[in-house]
Amino acid sequence: MATYATQEWCDLFKEALNKNTAWSEAAKTWEGDFYFVIEVGGPIKKTRYMYVDLWHGVCRAAEMVTDTSKYKPEFVLQAPYQIWKRISTKQLDSTQSIITKQSKLTGNMAKIMRYTKAANELTNTTAKVQTEWEE
Amino acid sequence: MWNFSSPLISYGDNALEYLLQIRGKKAFIVTDKNIVKLGLLKLVTDQLDAAGKKWEVFDEVEPEPSLITIKKGGQAVAKSQPDWVIGVGGGSVMDAAKAIILLLARPDLEPDALSTSETYNFRDKARLMAIPTTSGTGSEATWAIVLTDTVLGRKLGLGTPECMPDVAILDPVMVMGMPPLITADTGMDVLCHAIEGYTSAWGTTITDGPGLIATRRVFQYLVRAYKDGSDLEARREMMYAATLGGMSFGNSMAGLGHSLGHALGALFHVPHGRTVGMFLPYTMEYLINGSKETTTKYAEMARFCLGASGDDKACAKALIAAVRKLAKTLAQPLSVKDCGIDKAKYDQAIPELVDRALNETMTITVTRIPESGDLSKMFTYAYQGKPIDF
Repeated sequence: MATYATQEWCDLFKEALNKNTAWSEAAKTWEGDFYFVIEVGGPIKKTRYMYVDLWHGVCRAAEMVTDTSKYKPEFVLQAPYQIWKRISTKQLDSTQSIITKQSKLTGNMAKIMRYTKAANELTNTTAKVQTEWEE
Repeated sequence: MWNFSSPLISYGDNALEYLLQIRGKKAFIVTDKNIVKLGLLKLVTDQLDAAGKKWEVFDEVEPEPSLITIKKGGQAVAKSQPDWVIGVGGGSVMDAAKAIILLLARPDLEPDALSTSETYNFRDKARLMAIPTTSGTGSEATWAIVLTDTVLGRKLGLGTPECMPDVAILDPVMVMGMPPLITADTGMDVLCHAIEGYTSAWGTTITDGPGLIATRRVFQYLVRAYKDGSDLEARREMMYAATLGGMSFGNSMAGLGHSLGHALGALFHVPHGRTVGMFLPYTMEYLINGSKETTTKYAEMARFCLGASGDDKACAKALIAAVRKLAKTLAQPLSVKDCGIDKAKYDQAIPELVDRALNETMTITVTRIPESGDLSKMFTYAYQGKPIDF
């Protein structure tokens, strides 16, 4: 078990994702990296940046970053902590969260929409990681 | 939190006269050459003339509008600087109008980079109106935009809630001339929208109502409109059903019939309504074989729309039978084979069909989500016309 949006959690997530054959099959042609940004609010006192690099069905990196100039990812998805919790526990669909502006995606949405199955499996994996949520 | 959006709908006989009361000085009309030829554009411009409004026409929209056409439209609307962008036509035209008005606000925008996360604020410049001439895609009541990347040979499902039209005008005079085949194709699209919107995993009480009523109206009026295009009541009710179908699925999500239909349409160029309507009963069978929740919803629909009786499964099956019977009456294909698609080419295409269907959002917004194996079997069974038994 690990606290969400910590390096320990990222390590568990990367391991789980790379074991998810449904995800790796769905993402076998995917090339793209992300900053998942957890905004200040609630228990989050400082914005947190989770870098995730996905390449042809492999999660090459899942890393908490303090210096945002370290990477220039293709996509940035940002949301308040509570929204990340709802998405990660499958109470809220990530696409719905974008449509209702509860989260914000920067990057080519049409590309994301072509990998709906992979995105769904990524969320499924997130939901299975043993996670402690801050209050 | 979820949202429900809808245009202001001006509907009924003489609804085009709503144009007499719009504010602003100039309209930019997006349409296609067929609408011009049929004289339907003139019905709109006559009203604008009577209101003393200037207007310009961009009539270059093709079926399945391309990114290239949208960019041309963007250049034309930038020169025009209108107060209204009005889409007059079928779904392709209305989707094109939604994309073009975004370019009015953001001339730098690449259409395929359109994002629901961005705010475009085109209403600082102009308002958006949709006047459908088919019944129909329901595009007048959705914010979805379907474009085609002709360079990569790919359909793009785009959209932003800002692109919900401000006004939709439903005047039956605009659909009276639809030939029987288009009446049938677009009518089956309405049925698919309505049933899938009603049973979407993203559906709620608020989106259920339009889907339920639209379904009932289709069963009551589509055959009448098909057999006699001059039947004003049938044309009017089908027009309303199309918009209600759009409101239902547009505020929830379409379903598996659309996932499979999009895939087939993209590869084999079969008209949209024909493909989704053809796959609809197969996907309904798949859902009742594995989802109690959807079986119950189909049963509710069957009882309300058809007067069916019996337990949930029996009523759900009655609904599926009614869909097939309607398709047969309308001379719509009941199988992929009926679409005239060569079996060898189809079998070879199944892996790609499955891949496309798997990556449609609609594939995961149903209550029984198929994996690739099930999708492959569904495509295979649908070729033969074999009911889904798994």
